Amino acid sequence: MTDEKIISVRELTKQFGDFTAVDHISFDVYKGEIFGFLGANGAGKTTAMRMLCGLSYPTSGSGVVAGFDVYRQAEQIKRHIGYMPQKFALYEDLTVAENMELYGGIYGMSRKVIRDRIDELLAKLDFESERNTLTGELPLGWKQKLSFTVASIHKPDIIFLDEPTGGVDPLTRRKFWELIFETAYEGTTVFVTTHYMDEAEYCNRLSMMVDGRIKALGSPKQLKEQFNAPDMDMVFRILARGAKRGD
Amino acid sequence: MKPIEVISLSKSYGKVEAVKSVSFEVERGTIFGLIGPDGAGKTTIFRMLTTLLTPDSGEARVEGMDILKDYRAIRAHVGYMPGRFSLYQDLSIEENLNFFASLFQVSVEENMHLVEPIYKQIEPFKKRRAGKLSGGMKQKLALCCAMIHKPTVVFLDEPTTGVDAVSRSEFWDMLAQLRDSGITIVVSTPYMDEASRCDKIAFMKEGTILTTGTPNEILSAYGKRLFAMESENMYLSLQQLQADERVDLCYSFGSTIHFTLRDGVQAEKNWAEIQPQIEDCYIALSR
Repeated sequence: MTDEKIISVRELTKQFGDFTAVDHISFDVYKGEIFGFLGANGAGKTTAMRMLCGLSYPTSGSGVVAGFDVYRQAEQIKRHIGYMPQKFALYEDLTVAENMELYGGIYGMSRKVIRDRIDELLAKLDFESERNTLTGELPLGWKQKLSFTVASIHKPDIIFLDEPTGGVDPLTRRKFWELIFETAYEGTTVFVTTHYMDEAEYCNRLSMMVDGRIKALGSPKQLKEQFNAPDMDMVFRILARGAKRGD
Repeated sequence: MKPIEVISLSKSYGKVEAVKSVSFEVERGTIFGLIGPDGAGKTTIFRMLTTLLTPDSGEARVEGMDILKDYRAIRAHVGYMPGRFSLYQDLSIEENLNFFASLFQVSVEENMHLVEPIYKQIEPFKKRRAGKLSGGMKQKLALCCAMIHKPTVVFLDEPTTGVDAVSRSEFWDMLAQLRDSGITIVVSTPYMDEASRCDKIAFMKEGTILTTGTPNEILSAYGKRLFAMESENMYLSLQQLQADERVDLCYSFGSTIHFTLRDGVQAEKNWAEIQPQIEDCYIALSR
C-alpha cells in the first residue's frame, strides 16, 4: 500500500427525483489497498459503486478514478478498472479460455497479448487442466475465481468486487480472499463490498454507509476502538441500527 | 411421532447427485438448521419434504404422513418459504396475504394472531405492491404468507441470504418467537454464525450430511487443539504458516489466523490456544 491516491471522491451525490441515494460522500483509496465498502441493504453502496465505475453520472460533487474524471472520462475509467458482478456473468457455454479471450478482446488487447496472459493466469491459478472445460460445468468456487481472473485480464489499476463470496463454503471463501490478498500485494487496488463481517476484518481500511452517507471510515482496528466494539460485526450493528431506510 | 423423519433420502438430476442418502429427525417445537454452501442439497431436501419433488429412493414423513402417498394432506399442514421471492409482485401486501389465506380456505382474521408480531411491522405499507418492497419487508411478508394457514411445520429456504447483519438478527428473533409458540421450523442458511440460533443443526456439503447435533455438541466434538495468531500482514503470515511443516490446517478468521497442528507436533509456548467456533468445526469437517 502506498500514498498514491487511486480513487478520490469529494461530496459525491446522486439524486433520483427527490430521493438522495448517495448524499455528499468524500473519501480516498490508495494504490494497492484493499478497501471495504460496507453498509446495510439500501444504504447506497451500489449507486456509489456505479458512479465510480463510470456507469452512472453523479448529480453533483467530484470524483477521480485511476486518474480519470467521473463526468468527462467515464469511458477511460471503464478501460482501467475491472468489475466482478455479484451475479455470475461469464458465458456458461464458452470454455474457460474462450471467456478469457472474449473479455481480453473487449478490452482491446491484441491476440498475442491475450494468449500470453491466458497462459500466465491459468498457470497462476493452477487451472491449466480446465482450460477447455465449459464454464457452466465448473463448481461455484471455481466460477468465482474465474470471474475474478477475467475481471483482471487487462491488468486494471482497480478491481471492484460486489459481494464476491456469496454462497460458497467457508474454506473456499478464504481461498478466494487469499487471491485478493495476493492481487493487492502485487499493487492492484481492490474495492470490495461484503455482508460477511469477518471479511471486513481483512480490509486495510473500510467505510460504512448508512442512509446514503459515510458514517465511519478507518482501519478495522481504528473502527473497533472508536466504537469500543470487540469485532466488526458489533461496529456494523451500532452504525446500522440508526438506519432509516431499507433497500 | 416426530414432526419430520427422513430416512436415506436420495435425489439426482441427471449425473449430478444432489442429495445422497440423507437421514435426520426433527423434534416438535424446535428450530432445525441445514447449514452449508450453495450446491449442498439444501433446496432439494426442502422441495422433497414439501412434496414438490419426488425422491429417487429413501423415505420421509412429515407429521407422520408419507411424502409420496400423502402429498395432498402434507401440503395443507406445512408452510414453505422458497429461497427466491415468489409472491405476486403486482399484488399489494394485503392482497398477497388474502390470496394465500383463500388458497388454504382460511380467513386472514382467524389466524392473524399467529403472524401479528411480524405483520404489524409491514402493516403501515399494506397497500404497497410486493414488487416495490425492500428486501427485509419482502422477507417478512413471505413469512406471513407461509404462516397464514396455521401450519404446524414450516420450511424456510435461505430466508436471510443477501440480507444485512442487523436485519438477519431481527429475523432470527421472529423465528424464535414462532418456535416458542410450538411450531416446528426447518431453516437453511449459508451463514455459519446463524447456527447458534438453531436448536439442532446438520452441516451439509455436496449432498451429504457431515454431522448433526446441537451447536454445543458439535463444538465439543471438535477434537483438535486450535490456535490463533494475530497478524499485521495476513497474506505474508498465511504463506509462512502454510509453508510450516508442523501446521496442518491454517486459515484467516476475522482479524486473526486460526491453525491446527499435525499429529505428534509440540505447540510452542507463545502460541495462544483457543476454543473453536462453529465455522472452525465446519472447516475441519468439510476439508
